[in-house]
Amino acid sequence: MSLDEFFVTGDPLIFASQIAIGLTMVGLIALITYLKRWKWLWSEWFTTVDHKKIGIMYILSGVLMFFRGGVDGLLMKAQTSRPELGLLDAQHYDEIFTTHGVIMILFMAMPMLIGIMNVVVPLQIGARDVAFPKLNAFSFWIFFAGAMLFNLSFVIGGSPDAGWTSYFPLAGKEFTPGVGNNYYALSLQIAGIGTLATGINFVVTIIKMRAPGLSWMKLPIFTWSTFITSIIIVAAFPILTIALLYMTLDRLFGTHFFTVAAGGDPMLWLNLFWLWGHPEVYIVVLPAFGMFSEVIATFARKNLYGYKSMVYAVAGIAFLSMLVWVHHFYTMGNSAAVNSIFSLTTMMIAIPTGVKIFNWLFTLRKGRIEFSTAMLWSLAFIPCFTIGGVTGVMLAMAAADYQYHNTMFLVAHFHYVLIPGVVFAVFAALYYWWPKMFGFKLNEKIGKWHFWLFVIGFNMTFMPMFFVGLDGMSRRMYTYAESTGWGAWLGFSAVGSLVMAAGFAALCYNIYWSFRYASRDVGNDPWNARTLEWATASPAPHYNFAVVPEVETLDDFWYKKKKGKTGLKKADLKPVHMPSNSWTPIVLAAAFGLVGFFLVFEWFPLAIISAIGIVVGLVANTFDYDDGYHIPVEELEEEEREWRGDLQ
Amino acid sequence: MTSHTTPLEYQSEQTQMNILGFWVFLGAEIVLFSTLFASYFVLEHNTAGGPAGQDIFILKDVLIETFILLTSSFTSGLAIHSMRNHDKKGLLIWMIVTLLLGAGFLYMEINEFIHYVHEGATIQTSGFTAAFFTLLGTHGAHVTFGIIWISLLLVQLVRRGITVKTSSKLFIASLYWHFLDVVWIFIFTFVYLKGMVM
Repeated sequence: MSLDEFFVTGDPLIFASQIAIGLTMVGLIALITYLKRWKWLWSEWFTTVDHKKIGIMYILSGVLMFFRGGVDGLLMKAQTSRPELGLLDAQHYDEIFTTHGVIMILFMAMPMLIGIMNVVVPLQIGARDVAFPKLNAFSFWIFFAGAMLFNLSFVIGGSPDAGWTSYFPLAGKEFTPGVGNNYYALSLQIAGIGTLATGINFVVTIIKMRAPGLSWMKLPIFTWSTFITSIIIVAAFPILTIALLYMTLDRLFGTHFFTVAAGGDPMLWLNLFWLWGHPEVYIVVLPAFGMFSEVIATFARKNLYGYKSMVYAVAGIAFLSMLVWVHHFYTMGNSAAVNSIFSLTTMMIAIPTGVKIFNWLFTLRKGRIEFSTAMLWSLAFIPCFTIGGVTGVMLAMAAADYQYHNTMFLVAHFHYVLIPGVVFAVFAALYYWWPKMFGFKLNEKIGKWHFWLFVIGFNMTFMPMFFVGLDGMSRRMYTYAESTGWGAWLGFSAVGSLVMAAGFAALCYNIYWSFRYASRDVGNDPWNARTLEWATASPAPHYNFAVVPEVETLDDFWYKKKKGKTGLKKADLKPVHMPSNSWTPIVLAAAFGLVGFFLVFEWFPLAIISAIGIVVGLVANTFDYDDGYHIPVEELEEEEREWRGDLQ
Repeated sequence: MTSHTTPLEYQSEQTQMNILGFWVFLGAEIVLFSTLFASYFVLEHNTAGGPAGQDIFILKDVLIETFILLTSSFTSGLAIHSMRNHDKKGLLIWMIVTLLLGAGFLYMEINEFIHYVHEGATIQTSGFTAAFFTLLGTHGAHVTFGIIWISLLLVQLVRRGITVKTSSKLFIASLYWHFLDVVWIFIFTFVYLKGMVM
């Protein structure tokens, strides 16, 4: 392979990106070296096993990926803003809608949500860390390796271009030669290992590490939704693992899982993909529901209405999420009976979801609502998400779906579900839990700019897509004729996407502004909140709780505050056991990333040599008998005095 | 929480969590193998002119493989029984027997694969062979991983003796080994027997 095949050449946009990436890398390395921060980075971040720092790294990666996926989205909107524009050619457009989808779902939504789970859940249940801290670090680094591998594709070797669903036979070697779809198969496989590990980690953490007295029906609702999400991860991700394994074997080793000619079956890919893919939708949306529930209860100053029904609704949605996958391909040759059954199961999901919507509304009823930025996101979520939900029920009707299938109506629908459902939730969660992570609030005034720009821009962008979709515009069309009359709708939509981008810029500015100027004097409980994470300092100390709290009721912290029982007795302090940092997670993940990269190009000897790195990492790990260390009482006392004043 | 009747491997909170975590992982493994089985059932008759299962399977060899693997599951049970009795030597010997049986199984399976390739059934021949070799190969790769993993655990056992940590590691490895045996029973029934009969 010659060098100009290795690097993607010939496109000025990509050439500019290559130069920009190169300069940024050199700049970053030079800056870190100049500031002499390598050792600090290594010991405080790269080798950390602290769930809060891992969470912050997840969130940071998610913001970066949001930028990348967002630029892809803006390019698509620019290309379709007028009929027959030539900004992007068909091939480039195919690549961009593929990477936009993959990045937004797997490398933006997932790390954002998992990051917030990491920061919040151990604190909410009064634990010192997750059940397996080192595995948690490995989850992050292997996700990061997968994300970097995927992002490399557009400058080295070429992007995947068969859509984020990568249906066969299109995604097979015959119709999609080149390495682009190898990147898809291998980077998702690598990142998926991390997600599965996270799922297992949180299942065990929530079963085994709850504070004394914190029984199941006293669990904060965000912890509940994390628990159920983790179960869906464990049940669904292995299916993706196998689907991607088949894809890899078909593309790299010439097997025939999905090629009709030699007895393969392309529908097998569709079924496996959506058997994972539909639960995946709920993997990203259930934690988001939990975040909204916490924010709404806090800022309505009421306990969550119908707590138990919320728990049952989440469990019900999780169960049904496994039984609806065929609704993604009603039009692809199922019998009427099969389509009818999946229509029914799909519509049934609206029932528990409706329960949740009404519970949020009843929580708001007669509440003393405080319109903080976090609360605004939650309030905007309810109507926007309902539009997404109702159009979902329209799509669920198999007979009607023949009209909407793979049109812009569908694209508008799932953006109305995922942006209010996930992105609004992540924004609400960032504003809400920011002080717990960093010890200062994000600016509320800039936050309101962020909110209004983003919400108005979002509706401007996606509402017109319902109408062009109903008018027959298919998804993934890179251009259209003027006679279709879609130019005005899509031009308006493109303007909306710029407004949305301005909202994102406001968030970035807010982070910068608050980091420099925001007051550091926010106390441990700046929102007058209800759950346990607010009982410790902001930012939370590395040991989380000096003394593990005892829980009596739901919203225990709220009632303890009212009774004035949040103090700490000096006599209760005991040395705290903490896990040690470890180099194995990052080294293992790097080895996985290298193996993936060499497999993409089918350079098998190099892949095998890199795989030795994986073996070395695993062997080192099994011989590691490090038992962690203890924080002495004096150190705890000093740190606790700093924010509490005197101890009792 | 722990009393003198609690087995050694459950005597620290961390090892309790490790064991529970491994059970959850086995849950994920069940989904993984279920997917492989489901795909196999979809593709098993799609031979595309290549050989079908009953043309190439040699039931006698498969039966021997089955007995070897089932016996290894029994001996790994004996190993854990010795561990519970704090009998380090018994634990070591029975685990080594388990690994040798595992290696014997692998040897026979590799020979079986070579035989199929000679019969003109490679992984690239058809939808059937792709699903067949991937299902069997994934199981075989698990056995291989298990042999290397347990060998490393035995080194730790020799160095450190039976402690809470080493015992929990070996207990978890034995769960893994039993799981592979269960998967093999399904392979034997639904791949080989069904393939010969139907």
